[in-house]
Amino acid sequence: MRKLISLIFLAVVPALGLAGGGSVHLDHADIDPTDQASLQRGAKFFVNYCMGCHSAKYQRYNRMAQDIGLTEEQVKANLMFTTEKIGDTMEIAMSSEDANKFFGTTPPDLSLIARSRGVDWLYTYLRSFYIDEARPTGVNNVVFKDVGMPHVMWDLQGWQKAIFKENEHGGDPIFERFELAKPGSMTPEQFDAAIRDLVNFLDYVGEPYKLERQRLGIKVLLFLAVFFVLAYLLKKEYWKDVH
Amino acid sequence: MSLLSWIDERYPLTKVWNEHLAQYYAPKNFNFWYFFGSLAMLVLVNQILTGVWLAMSYKPDANLAFGSVEYIMRDVNWGWLIRYMHSTGASAFFIVIYLHMFRGLIYGSYRQPRELLWIIGVIIYILMMATAFMGYLLPWGQMSFWGAQVIVNLFTAIPVIGEDLGVWIRGDYVISDATLNRFFALHFLLPFILAAVVFIHIVALHKVGSNNPDGIEIKKGPKGNRWSKDAPADGIPFHPYYSVKDIVGVAGFLFLFALVIFYAPEMGGFFLEYPNFEPANPMKTPEHIAPVWYFTPFYAILRAVPSVAGSAFPGVVAMGASIAIFFFLPWLDRSPVKSIRYKGPIFKAWIAIFVVCFVVLGYLGVQPATPGKTLLAQICTVLYFAFFLLMPIYSKMDKTKPVPERVTQ
Repeated sequence: MRKLISLIFLAVVPALGLAGGGSVHLDHADIDPTDQASLQRGAKFFVNYCMGCHSAKYQRYNRMAQDIGLTEEQVKANLMFTTEKIGDTMEIAMSSEDANKFFGTTPPDLSLIARSRGVDWLYTYLRSFYIDEARPTGVNNVVFKDVGMPHVMWDLQGWQKAIFKENEHGGDPIFERFELAKPGSMTPEQFDAAIRDLVNFLDYVGEPYKLERQRLGIKVLLFLAVFFVLAYLLKKEYWKDVH
Repeated sequence: MSLLSWIDERYPLTKVWNEHLAQYYAPKNFNFWYFFGSLAMLVLVNQILTGVWLAMSYKPDANLAFGSVEYIMRDVNWGWLIRYMHSTGASAFFIVIYLHMFRGLIYGSYRQPRELLWIIGVIIYILMMATAFMGYLLPWGQMSFWGAQVIVNLFTAIPVIGEDLGVWIRGDYVISDATLNRFFALHFLLPFILAAVVFIHIVALHKVGSNNPDGIEIKKGPKGNRWSKDAPADGIPFHPYYSVKDIVGVAGFLFLFALVIFYAPEMGGFFLEYPNFEPANPMKTPEHIAPVWYFTPFYAILRAVPSVAGSAFPGVVAMGASIAIFFFLPWLDRSPVKSIRYKGPIFKAWIAIFVVCFVVLGYLGVQPATPGKTLLAQICTVLYFAFFLLMPIYSKMDKTKPVPERVTQ
């Protein structure tokens, strides 16, 4: 039996190795969901830069206040622009009909964007806008080609050019690196850190109960480990008279 | 007069307890593989309980469904835990059932006199697939919508009646609010039918008795053990011996189950697919549509079969056949022995080939098709069917070992 299982295993592994594939290289976001200062800075960026167009309609302000270590008064005074009620969700004023007229598409709700796209994708995408005069917004994106979204944080990052190299196999040229054409108010390091905070916040919004889930998990697993040992000893005691 | 005897005069409580637990004699040599039957029942109970509680806050409406799931996850007390128990439970159910079926496969549990028991089991498996498929539409995410679209379109590939059948299943020309409503109704109903068929499965099991890793009929062996002089010598009462043993299995299973629920509820996109965190959008087809992992071996078989005259019908037939062929297993195996322990090298090799093909097909089913992968899927599909269709030949010519009189430890 054991031989059979190891044989099966040996046969499956190389077969799976036949498959591969790759797309755009994504930078590692390296976020820390327990870093409340980072989440607070991320919330500030989100409210000021993203919420012009994007909602987070499943996220409540009071829940956010509690989870990222702010008082409800602080949130009301600094982070709430579209509603007066602390129990409301993070909706926006722009209607989806208007948005469609402005951008040709409705900017998606961002409540679950970190779960559908992944944090590494977001971290890379938000830092990958480059000048492309052919686009109506004047920018294109390496990660999301011909995206409808303009470069919202241009004043922070500045404007960058993308250097492409020729594709030996034909087809689209391959992206090589960015070159800063016009610096913004932040250095590249500062901008990366700001985007990391923003992505950290989006990750929090995707699953506000994540830390609670992980804290509870330890207790459940410890209980089950003890229960397993007791159940095993009980079984052993009963089975003494079988052998 | 005690309460128990009062009841026993009116209802066979003690009789049922004895016949099915305290004096039901199971072979004493069950191993690891025999945990998965009781675990499957545990997971079914988990699915029904968490499902009923989810239904208390879920809204089967195309405009509200996605939001109501997020409402459960964020605003309902312990909603995230109940939902993750349900979504992880769906995958766990299939893992447990696949292992349970594999156990039957290697120890010949489908052989005479357990043919009907096996067939009822295959019916349970098909009901499970129907339930899981309908449940997957309910979160109304992108994969829910497009996965359902792809699967229902399979039925439309049937000649003549296909188009009408598709409309009849969906209640519309596309997957819509009407589809969501009926899938919710059926997803709520089917688990109870499933539970009833599980009951019939156990009735059938207790009629013929459990098989064991040696594939020996303990009822045909010598009689008399320390509990009864008429019971099989190699049998032990299910309760307390296997009830306490199954609790160990339950504890081990729950540990792994909790590990996923609390630390990897998406399981790398296999238990909860990432595109399903985006609401269903009929105007936007995802780049790559893949069914959930437990359907992918059959989906890979579907894609492996080339279309004939622009119709995917041959693939649909192959997919249906790949599931239906399990019904015939009891009559395909002509080996003089039941258990793999006494079967020869040819049968062992075929079992290994079958498992490898099933896993590789499962992997290929989540991948976008390329010429190389399609070829691999075609090879695996041929081997998958060859395992069954050639079984009457190779199981007969295989060299078997002598089966002992009594079960071994």
